Amino acid sequence: MTRHIRHAALFCALLLVALLVNAARVQVLRADVYDSNPANRRAAIARYQQPRGDILVDGRPVTGSRDTGEHLRYERTYREGPLYAPVTGFASQEYGTTLLEDTEDRLLSGSAPLLAPLPLWNEFTRSRNAGGDVVTTIDPAAQRAAYEGLRSRKGAVAAVEPATGRILALVSVPSYDPGLLSGNGATARDAWARLNADPDRPMLNRAVQRTYPPGSTFKVVTAAAALDAGVVKDLDEPTDSPDPYTLPGTRTRLTNGSEGCEDATVREAFVWSCNTVFAKLGVATGVARMRATAEDFGFNDPDVRVPFRVARSTFDTTVDRAQLALSSIGQYNTRATPLQMAMVAAAVANGGQVREPYLVERTTRAGGGTVSTAGSRPVRRAMDPATAVRMRKLMRGVVEDGTGTKAAIPGAIVGGKTGTAQHGLGNSGTPYAWFISWARGGADMEAKVAVAVVVEDAAANRREISGGGTAAPIARAVMEAVLNP
Amino acid sequence: MSKVGITPATADPPAPTVRLTGRRGVELALIVLAVLLSVYGYCAVGLARNGTVPPGAAGYGAGLGVLALVAHLAVRWRAPCADPVLLPIGVLLNGLGLVLIYRLDLETPGDAAAPAQLIWSTLGVALFIVVVLVLRDHRVLQNYTYVCVTAALVLLTVPILFPAVNGARIWIRVAGFSIQPGEFAKVLLAVFFAAYLAANRGALAYADRRVRWLRLPTGRVLGPIVAVWLVSVGVLVLERDLGTSLLFFGLFVVLLYVATGRTGWIAVGLLLASLGAVAVGRLEPHVHHRIETWLHPFGSIEAGEGPNQIAQSLFAFAEGGMLGTGLGLGHSVLIGFAVKSDFILATAGEELGLAGLSAIFLLYGLLVERGYRAGLALRDPFGRLLAVGLASLVALQVFVIAGGVTGLIPLTGMAMPFLAQGGSSVVTNWAIVALLVRLSDSARRQGDGGAVR
Repeated sequence: MTRHIRHAALFCALLLVALLVNAARVQVLRADVYDSNPANRRAAIARYQQPRGDILVDGRPVTGSRDTGEHLRYERTYREGPLYAPVTGFASQEYGTTLLEDTEDRLLSGSAPLLAPLPLWNEFTRSRNAGGDVVTTIDPAAQRAAYEGLRSRKGAVAAVEPATGRILALVSVPSYDPGLLSGNGATARDAWARLNADPDRPMLNRAVQRTYPPGSTFKVVTAAAALDAGVVKDLDEPTDSPDPYTLPGTRTRLTNGSEGCEDATVREAFVWSCNTVFAKLGVATGVARMRATAEDFGFNDPDVRVPFRVARSTFDTTVDRAQLALSSIGQYNTRATPLQMAMVAAAVANGGQVREPYLVERTTRAGGGTVSTAGSRPVRRAMDPATAVRMRKLMRGVVEDGTGTKAAIPGAIVGGKTGTAQHGLGNSGTPYAWFISWARGGADMEAKVAVAVVVEDAAANRREISGGGTAAPIARAVMEAVLNP
Repeated sequence: MSKVGITPATADPPAPTVRLTGRRGVELALIVLAVLLSVYGYCAVGLARNGTVPPGAAGYGAGLGVLALVAHLAVRWRAPCADPVLLPIGVLLNGLGLVLIYRLDLETPGDAAAPAQLIWSTLGVALFIVVVLVLRDHRVLQNYTYVCVTAALVLLTVPILFPAVNGARIWIRVAGFSIQPGEFAKVLLAVFFAAYLAANRGALAYADRRVRWLRLPTGRVLGPIVAVWLVSVGVLVLERDLGTSLLFFGLFVVLLYVATGRTGWIAVGLLLASLGAVAVGRLEPHVHHRIETWLHPFGSIEAGEGPNQIAQSLFAFAEGGMLGTGLGLGHSVLIGFAVKSDFILATAGEELGLAGLSAIFLLYGLLVERGYRAGLALRDPFGRLLAVGLASLVALQVFVIAGGVTGLIPLTGMAMPFLAQGGSSVVTNWAIVALLVRLSDSARRQGDGGAVR
């Protein structure tokens, strides 16, 4: 019997070995596979176990975290959610993250390796750092002015500081409250379904994620290219352009919205926004130089990040002369984001230098120690400094006695350009009203703000739609907010 | 494997003189260690969750300590030669189980299981003391062979009259308490098997018919085996309790082999087990589903239904890794239903890691080894078979449930001895340890020249 007891004991020992080997397999060898299974909620639990870091505007958080006491413990909250939604985006337990919440997610959630006190410290201690904060470049007064100005309309505003590229305002209307999407319950699901079904697309960030035909505001680019190329020597010399202008190689006749464009000077044509003159100038400058200047301003760059991705603004380079003529007045395939057009105005204000726009001033640890700063950003020259001087004169003319007088600010130097962009099948859609501008306070050495405003549905009455009428007052409010804090 | 007390069944050489003193001191030291470890675990949960030592820590430690001490005194008085490791292992596993259940109670407010488990543990230790005090000689049990089997069959069949709980008819509800009579039946059946086989092993070993090279047992001998097999299948079909039926059958085959030394019995046993398993796997959707889940633990995820219990259990074990998350810091509660009972091991695996899980397995291994050692040291066939049977019972039960929750074998609902929530199980396991203490004491006395049958 003893022998058989030993055999039975051996059998039990085999069972023990099988258990130990299998435990090692599950807990060590296959652990990574199980840990990364999307159905394993542990990563999500750890992520929401602590308050998320905040996004700061002018030193004050515009976000927060709420302890729900649920399994996924902390939920994102937003102060003035609709106002800052085009900056923050949302951080949802169900639908992921967007915009700053997305690009800065690792910092905000505390998983960024930079936050760890020592390399591999968190892996060893199974701890997670407190979420860091993101300090933005947004100017709350400008943001609010833009939002108030667009209220009850549909459109977008982008404002930058010309000398640095700091983004001062980023507004898209209609907006939404990202806090509605924070949780994982029925409220979030309902809000998600409702926002996605909304024909006005409130979750679309029109300032950076949507491109519009820039219309006459693109004439700034055309004028700069023509001046740099030497096509125009004297702003006050008649341009020998017909009205109407027959597009080269076609019988299509291009007309103007205003009188007195025939044989106008560049100054007059810019101030009164003559399509015929700039179409002809664009053709005279040629597609190569037009393209070079447009790309220096930032067009056709597929990878602009502020730090979230900005939609690609386009200037079509495979065009015939008729298409080039239309492209030069901001039609045909020319499209731009409001942020891109703010960069155009900023380049003029900044002596022809284009600063890449950015939204994050610096990131900090929960305690306040700096993790990273924006640092110096690359500079690109879009036009000669001399050309920039002349462009500023042209743009000031628009505000002082042209189509953009409603943007004038007493005691400040303001330059601008209106635009009314046709779109839709046979240009049947309600035109987009544009205004781009820059402003310098009376006592300032340099321009403090450049802004682009687009209003999608300016008014029911088509005659009323013009950049000067509806978009310019909004731009003025934003510029005033920056100049007179 | 033991090198102590090897006594061939045929000729007894002069037994070595064994020092009887000192064993109780070792036992006391180990008990103190076990209680301290349990209290430490209890405090670690509180510190991890709230940053403070839980208010009941002193009371918990004192309660566990007093229970263990009384049990120790009982052993000291009535079983002074008993193996000094058995009782401390029981105390440590029971204490750890209470810590894990208390820890999971924090996740499920309104469903506190630890207080009830503490009461059952007290009852279990009380039963331990009663068995050690009352049962002066294990051979007395042989007189109750048929009482045992009758009681066991009654206990097994009673739950069929009660409504099914979570698909299994293994509970009876009396005055708000859920009792699993099948747990008690295990010990009774182990006693019956040991007594029956001790009495009939000669007949079973040598009565056979030779058909060519096969030596087949006669029908008279085969009868009881087929009967046990039928009861196992009956339990499985009527109560839908795969685990218990597997356990009974496995226990019987092991004891049959040990009693007769006939490898043929293992073949017959395996054949019958496979036949039963295949038939039931085909016919019973409940069992079929378990097998499907075992083969494809992530099938429900791929089907878009979310992770099932096995998947959640695997996630918990994987999260534990080498050293675990630390007590109180895991998320094994995601397993949901049965997290405190059948899946208690997942909490241990997640929060104590592979290191802690291996330690728990080795504790069970040590318990089983000590049981086998007592079996080897004993002289009477009944005692030997009983010791082996009880040890195998623990071994099989640990393997069946631990293998189930770690995905090694299909999951069968069964309680992890001592660790899992469940009063019947804890009481039964204390009875097993008490019997092993008595058997090991007898083994020492026999080895010391005591009465040999």
